[in-house]
Amino acid sequence: MVRRAHGRAPLVAEGVFRVVALTCAAFVLVVMAGLFVVLLVRSHLSIHRFGWGFLWSDAWDPVRDHFGAASSIFGTVASTAIAMVIAVPLSLVIALFLVEIAPPRLARELLAGIPSIIYGMWGLFVLAPLMATHVQPAMQKVFGTFPLFSGPPMGIGVLTAGLVLALMVLPFITAVARDVFALVPPVMKEAGYGLGATTWEVTRKVTIGYGMKGLVGGVFLGLGRAIGETMAVTFVIGNDHRIAASLFASGNSIASTLANEFTEASEPVYLSALVELGLILFVVTLVIQVLAQLWLNRLGRLAGNRS
Amino acid sequence: MTSTPPPDVAPPRLTVPEPTAGVQGPPATAAQTKISVRGLSFYYGEQQALFDNSLDVPAGSVTAIIGPSGCGKSTHIRVYNRIFELYRDQRASGEVWLDGENVLAPGVDVIELRRRVGMIFQKPTPFPLTVYENLAYGLRLHYRVKGSELDDRIEQALRAAALWDEVKDKLHRSGSALSGGQQQRLCIARAIAVEPEVLLMDEPTSAIDPVATSRIEELVVQLKATYTIVIVTHNMQQAARLSDFTGFFYQGRIIEFGTTTELFTNPKQKQTEDYITGRFG
Repeated sequence: MVRRAHGRAPLVAEGVFRVVALTCAAFVLVVMAGLFVVLLVRSHLSIHRFGWGFLWSDAWDPVRDHFGAASSIFGTVASTAIAMVIAVPLSLVIALFLVEIAPPRLARELLAGIPSIIYGMWGLFVLAPLMATHVQPAMQKVFGTFPLFSGPPMGIGVLTAGLVLALMVLPFITAVARDVFALVPPVMKEAGYGLGATTWEVTRKVTIGYGMKGLVGGVFLGLGRAIGETMAVTFVIGNDHRIAASLFASGNSIASTLANEFTEASEPVYLSALVELGLILFVVTLVIQVLAQLWLNRLGRLAGNRS
Repeated sequence: MTSTPPPDVAPPRLTVPEPTAGVQGPPATAAQTKISVRGLSFYYGEQQALFDNSLDVPAGSVTAIIGPSGCGKSTHIRVYNRIFELYRDQRASGEVWLDGENVLAPGVDVIELRRRVGMIFQKPTPFPLTVYENLAYGLRLHYRVKGSELDDRIEQALRAAALWDEVKDKLHRSGSALSGGQQQRLCIARAIAVEPEVLLMDEPTSAIDPVATSRIEELVVQLKATYTIVIVTHNMQQAARLSDFTGFFYQGRIIEFGTTTELFTNPKQKQTEDYITGRFG
């Protein structure tokens, strides 16, 4: 009887595979650490000169070399918040519709495949005029002189940037949410219906509860994209270093400032301040991811999701 | 004093009556009958899965439905609470009378029907909520209860499902952190919390270890005093242990229905005998 000799070959292959896999995994961390170090080194000048005050100073004066990140941070947070407030509920509804009510074989990821500059152009040439002539005047009529909606309706500004971002992240969150909902075992839904629940009641507690972990993942995927989105925002946010109470006012975001001003940054401090903005974006994104993970772990313990 | 005997007390009907076609209204059943199935056929799309099923489920008893895999046992009971309607290609024809009301008739309040007819599934189905919220969910669907009244009703249901002592300190922990057997009793507690009249159990112990199975079997025997129980099982010993009545299904037809003792000791049909003696299935 001839027995197939295994020899050492499989063991060697196993070892090689382990090393390769480990190297690839480590590579990701090395790149991240490298990025962080480079950002830190290059922003040293700015950090040294402005200290922590950089974070809450809204000065942005290239002539006198005085810089602060507050307006960029504000614009980033405001436009992202608007985007998430609009996109998250809408995505969930669309995903539920696709899974529960009408599962058509539609091209659902199409929107996600559009380059962001197209969204920017659309935002500038189509959405912004529409906002200026119809939406913003109408909102002012409804809400009156409420400071959030005050000022001239120019079309471009934080609100329009938020809307464009919402449109951009919508397909991401929808795609994840749809997959999450589709993965809920039918018997779990049957158990809900079997108790005499309506579709809405089953969806609210059973489907969403069961998929919560994946949903949060999808939301953070969208958030990650919105917070760093550059092109589309730069087109429509107005690129003005200021913090205004009105959503109609123009502003800027970290990403839009970077895209706009790198070519103009002649002074070392100016350049350093821009790099420090990048550092802030990097850290904020990282912190969001970590918080999301911690929150998910906590959620997992509470609800005992199996996913 | 009249000499005629009271005509309204008929003996419980244990054999399948001939379905009477074209007759309006519920079949004349004995007072003890909870569910009367008449001429029930079922289709998955074009595929017919049940053929002209008729049987009477006596109230306050355990009725077992046995038969080989794919014979339509689960399909049959999934008509009682109209859960099959969640799937667009599934269709039932015939009548299922629950206390004199045809549940398949249009206009039936399906939500109320499902409160009255609870269901337990093969795999435990705890919602991704705490133990407490699993029960509160069902209660809030049907009753306006809160505070201490809600607490009380949840405790009652957990006690009735023989789970209270094990979970009273874990009420606010995840339901899916319980063991498989506890999860299944949690689902039973959740079903009985809304005060149903009938409990449908679709192979409730098939995913559970033997010790937990025997606890659930004990529970089923306790519960039949309060509820009419229909249990689908592929385990003949379980059917013999638990049930008062048994129906044998084969290829979508009810081959034989009768008292469990009679069906297991003296089956009338050759196919029943072959099945219970382990010759097929």
